[in-house]
Amino acid sequence: MADIAHSTDGLSHANTTLLQHYRSQVLTRRVYSILIVLGILVALLAAMNYANAANSGKFFERLPYMFDFIKNFVPEDPFEIFRAMFDIASPYYDGSQKFDYTSQRVYLTDSLYIPQFIYQLIITVNIAIVSTIIGGSIAFCLCFFAATNLVGAGAVRWIVRRIMEVMRAFPEIVIAGLLTAVLSIGPIAAIAAVSLHTIGALGKLFFEVVENADMKPDEGLQSVGASWLERVRYAIVPQVMPNFVSYALLRTEINVRASTIIGAVGGGGIGEAFRLSISRDHAAKTYAIVILLLVTVIIIDQFSGYLRQKLVGKASFELGRGAA
Amino acid sequence: MSISVAESNRLHAKYPSVFEQNFFQRWGLLVGFAATLTYLVFCWFFFNVGPALQNGKWDRAAIYVQDWYSWRAQPRLRFEDGVVVPQWSSRGQYAEDTTIDWLTPQDDGSMIATFGNADDRLEIATTQVDVYIDGVGYPIAITADGATAPADVPAAIEQDGAKVLVNYGFAGQAEIRANQVNVQRRFFGWANFLYDTNSPLWGNDLFSSIGLMFSGDRIVPEMSNAQLVLDQWLNNQAWQHGDILAKLMQTLVMAFVGTLFATLFAFPLAFIAARNITANRPANWLMKRFFDFIRSIDMLIWALFFTRGFGPGPIPGIAAIFFTDTGALGKVYAEALENVDDKQREGMQSVGASPLSVNRYGVVPQVLPVFVSQSLYFWESNTRSATVIGAVGAGGIGLKLLESMGTNSDWDKVAYMVLLILMVVFIFDNISNAIRSRLIGPAAH
Repeated sequence: MADIAHSTDGLSHANTTLLQHYRSQVLTRRVYSILIVLGILVALLAAMNYANAANSGKFFERLPYMFDFIKNFVPEDPFEIFRAMFDIASPYYDGSQKFDYTSQRVYLTDSLYIPQFIYQLIITVNIAIVSTIIGGSIAFCLCFFAATNLVGAGAVRWIVRRIMEVMRAFPEIVIAGLLTAVLSIGPIAAIAAVSLHTIGALGKLFFEVVENADMKPDEGLQSVGASWLERVRYAIVPQVMPNFVSYALLRTEINVRASTIIGAVGGGGIGEAFRLSISRDHAAKTYAIVILLLVTVIIIDQFSGYLRQKLVGKASFELGRGAA
Repeated sequence: MSISVAESNRLHAKYPSVFEQNFFQRWGLLVGFAATLTYLVFCWFFFNVGPALQNGKWDRAAIYVQDWYSWRAQPRLRFEDGVVVPQWSSRGQYAEDTTIDWLTPQDDGSMIATFGNADDRLEIATTQVDVYIDGVGYPIAITADGATAPADVPAAIEQDGAKVLVNYGFAGQAEIRANQVNVQRRFFGWANFLYDTNSPLWGNDLFSSIGLMFSGDRIVPEMSNAQLVLDQWLNNQAWQHGDILAKLMQTLVMAFVGTLFATLFAFPLAFIAARNITANRPANWLMKRFFDFIRSIDMLIWALFFTRGFGPGPIPGIAAIFFTDTGALGKVYAEALENVDDKQREGMQSVGASPLSVNRYGVVPQVLPVFVSQSLYFWESNTRSATVIGAVGAGGIGLKLLESMGTNSDWDKVAYMVLLILMVVFIFDNISNAIRSRLIGPAAH
């Protein structure tokens, strides 16, 4: 759309026509672009207006409260955060829960203990890892039935893919809520909810990897009369395994966040601890959890990024978010 | 199948990598499996899975799951002065004075409740309840002390202290006591999905409602039938369609506005973060660490933080999605910018264009499709995560779901909302897939 010569002087007849064509095309394009931008803007304004009206406090009314909240939500002194993090008795202790850091310690021996929040964090991270293992294993078994190059029957593929889609889109809190009603609050609900979502999300990525696999080894095995299972085991699995593991690692990162959130709505773990501490105005505890979570997420991201780079190289970093 | 020693040696020499694997190549898979299994066993005990499963209320689980696709009518048939009087709770699914086909009062004051067919029925009188199972009757005597079943009854009839329990499977069950019979009758489908029992349209199904819209006299003189149908449906007290749709709208608004704001903010910031666009290392580094920082703070933390500040509603949801995704999109955008083809920028620079024009005409046309398609991916995934964000306090359909699940009796409503969410997610997936494949071609995603 860069502007080229504005005047048609000195141009041949054919070139003048060409220029006019070009200009009319540019004009149409601009009109469409402006219309799309206008449409999005109108939708945005309407949506913002709706959101503002639906909120329990209006944006500009609440903004001062927000700043007040940030201003007042500070611990007594910076070391309080670390006392809360490592369950060390606070000098401000006055019998209230706010400064009670010691009563929730998890003792391993008489004197050795795991601080409460770190223990909760271990639970949350373990929920994520277990869910990835369970969900990944089931997705691994399912994905071969969804791949066009391995399964001829369209009906099988269609059913498996729809199952994966439903699992991906099914709201996690409903599964967590249903299991919480049956099993009472605990990590099993979170594991089930996150696993189910993982099956759907990883299953989709897995079968796309399988569809992109090189089929020559498969033909080789077919030519010597290998069964379907043998072909999958010896021709496809060795090729796709690095990508599968890389996706599973990426999923572990996402699942740590997911299990934190599910924890807050009834799965236990650090998510619930965070929700309670922020709603009770326990500033030091809240900041302690924020720092712990931040550090954990960064460590896990870095570690899995390093492993993924070793497994499949740079390519893996571009992928994956779409299935989140 | 056997081969000669010479042939075997030749193969060994030719393909050493096949026959002489190191320990990990040979046993790595097995070791991995064993380690994973050990870890899972450890977690089994760490999370107390065994006891938790044992203590689970599995009988209730069956009821909860049945509630998803069926509904139960639960009248309490009280014995009052020799007459059986049905009493409905406030959640009754029948309007007053309706004739119910499975519950018929008799002239002598007794009542007959049928369970699916005439062979399975209860003949309820105040002195004796006759339980018929497959056409065979079992008299249950009612005295002041309680109900007593006769000696040789089938397993479906059970004496439990002073009361007798009758189980008809899916069709329902009954609990016979000294002064009343609690009947529970289950039907497929959702009760009163269109109109509640107080509505003048109660009893109409979908087809008769459509019929009413196009023909027939006005039922309520103030408004047309079409208006009435819509009004009564939205204001259905039992199903709260209006409320649920409004909450769903809030969730969608959260995802849309949050992602759009994140896109608009991440766009210019990514130009600062990209090494090849802004030749200022500290600025690049700072911008990237900023992205990493806000991306790494969980969406949950942002959501709860802003809920404290702004109060429940879509605004904290928008803010949470905006903050997390500005970081995530900024990172993705910056990576895309660092991979652009430099020839087009050089071309622009060589004709003396200003830096703004260089980026506008040399960079943006290359990356815009990638940017838009990434934002669409985020929009899709945010439509899903906005539900969960809502549940922790930001409002929307997530909170509504959590409230409905908390009552433990609204599982049909939960199923309805899940269906709505699934539908919306599928529609949005398809819209965004269609836009994406027009932008970057069907092969690229």
